[in-house]
Amino acid sequence: MASIDIDHVAVKAVTVRPKTRRRISPGLWFVLPCVLFTLTFFILPLILTAWMSLHNWPLLGKTSFIGLDNYIALTKDAQFWTALGFTTLYTVIITPVIFGLAFVLALLVNLPLRGIGFFRTAFFLPVVIGLGTSSLLWVWMLNDRVGIIDGVLMALGIVREPIIWLGDANTALFVIIVSVVWKVVGFTMVLLLAGIQAIPSDLYEQAMVDGANFLTRFTRIILPLLRRTIALALVLSVIGSFLAFDQFYIMTRGGPRNSTISVVYWIFNNGFNAFKMGYASALSIVLLVILVALSAFQLFVLRDDTTQ
Amino acid sequence: MTTKSLNNPRKNGRILGQTSAYVLCLIFAFLFLAPIIWSVITSFKPAAEALAAPPTGLPSRISLDNYLKLDRYGAGIAQYVFNSVVVAFITVIGSVLLSTLGGFGFARFNFRGKNPLFLLILSSLMIPFQSILTPLFVILTGIHLQNTLFGLALVYITFQLPFGVFVMRNTFAAIPREIEEAALLDGCTVLTLLWRVMIVLARPGIVTVGLYAFLNSWNEFLAALIFMSKEDRFTLPILLANVHSGRFGTVDWGALQAGVTITIVPCIVVFVLLQRYYIQGLTSGSVK
Repeated sequence: MASIDIDHVAVKAVTVRPKTRRRISPGLWFVLPCVLFTLTFFILPLILTAWMSLHNWPLLGKTSFIGLDNYIALTKDAQFWTALGFTTLYTVIITPVIFGLAFVLALLVNLPLRGIGFFRTAFFLPVVIGLGTSSLLWVWMLNDRVGIIDGVLMALGIVREPIIWLGDANTALFVIIVSVVWKVVGFTMVLLLAGIQAIPSDLYEQAMVDGANFLTRFTRIILPLLRRTIALALVLSVIGSFLAFDQFYIMTRGGPRNSTISVVYWIFNNGFNAFKMGYASALSIVLLVILVALSAFQLFVLRDDTTQ
Repeated sequence: MTTKSLNNPRKNGRILGQTSAYVLCLIFAFLFLAPIIWSVITSFKPAAEALAAPPTGLPSRISLDNYLKLDRYGAGIAQYVFNSVVVAFITVIGSVLLSTLGGFGFARFNFRGKNPLFLLILSSLMIPFQSILTPLFVILTGIHLQNTLFGLALVYITFQLPFGVFVMRNTFAAIPREIEEAALLDGCTVLTLLWRVMIVLARPGIVTVGLYAFLNSWNEFLAALIFMSKEDRFTLPILLANVHSGRFGTVDWGALQAGVTITIVPCIVVFVLLQRYYIQGLTSGSVK
């Protein structure tokens, strides 16, 4: 009896022996490629941006360490502050437009109508074509000579002369916003739709039985339960708007008279037209800080108050 | 029965409501689809009609003038389509490969540093690539991949990783462990397990990752603009932006719309065929 016990204990000791510390878990091998890519093309560049921002870094020629000079120059850079103001204005205007329309579309597409799936696809379709391509499409439609918009307006007698949409700062901003909303609203619509469809239907039906009209149902039930979805969609939308580049580069080249230069456009100009890469890096760091602060602020404001 | 329903106010109200909903949907559908349809129609107009000011209506006949004119720009349209296809192809393969391996590793294994590493990959979602353009340029030049399709694709693959790893990890985590254990008991090595069993079960996740990788790399503008300075390396969006900016001479709007159509059609086709994967990808991220 005693020997069997000892053997039993010995067998157990063999199988339960923990892995020696030197053996690398296979899991690590699987994730290593992604980690390497992320380190090389995200983390390393991030550190390098900060490093470059402390230098004068031309494309060709020697780089020289200049400390915080780039940041000091930044504070005096009128075009940067104009671009920041413009980008903020653009974001502040376009965000409610996107969300208002996305809500309407989401509620519309949520209706139990036959063939509603076709409409959902139709509303979403512009999302997949790319912002650069969409901008090229719209800049053509808005052209005062060959564009369809002026063509139709004139044919209907609404205007007598073609409107040069992109020639005036205010109308340019207006039509750019229209074109971007056209392209992106489907995305927010789908996010909101997913959130709406996740709301338990008995909550909804109970409210209808209780006689609540649509507006009450919307504000009292849908909106609060959609808090997380709205927070996510909002953060994505605001970040996207703040980083806008394609539409301004393609449709107006930052004009007329530099009135539509966004922050990223200004970084692009400095870094890859003027090749002042050190200065552009300083601008990039400032952009990064603004974005992180903006996202943190939004998530804080929209955090789930479980005390509700 | 019929007269009763005709006089039924609630049913009439519902029919009215449904009709107005449909009308609203039709109006919006027109607004969303018309620009795309108009661009495609114009691309098939004869050259003179496409350039008419003010614009003409429907084409008098179907013509490939604009497509032929598009071919005269730079190195010819085939080169630019090739560039976009190559970049997209490498991006899709690379993204799927790395995301699947990574997602599998994170879902099925425990190892030291697993959570920090996962957070590391996800945190790069918070780093907008627009703020790391200058160092990316320097790094790519340093490893001699500046101005190469492969270098651009590497950058694109990295952009896809946070989302891709997230989706694949969730996909693998949802596969019941019993299947794995059964396969391992049958004598599978871990790699065979991954290749034969898990890949098949994880196909929806893989399709989702591949789809997003394709769309993002095909349509991307800013990085391609910065990293591709040699004309014959342009991807389609960059070619078209240059056609528009007059780099190749005065703007030929017809040719431009032909180019826009060529760029749009693959996206639409791919999306319509794989719609549910796209939506699934969005919602899996949002309803977390």
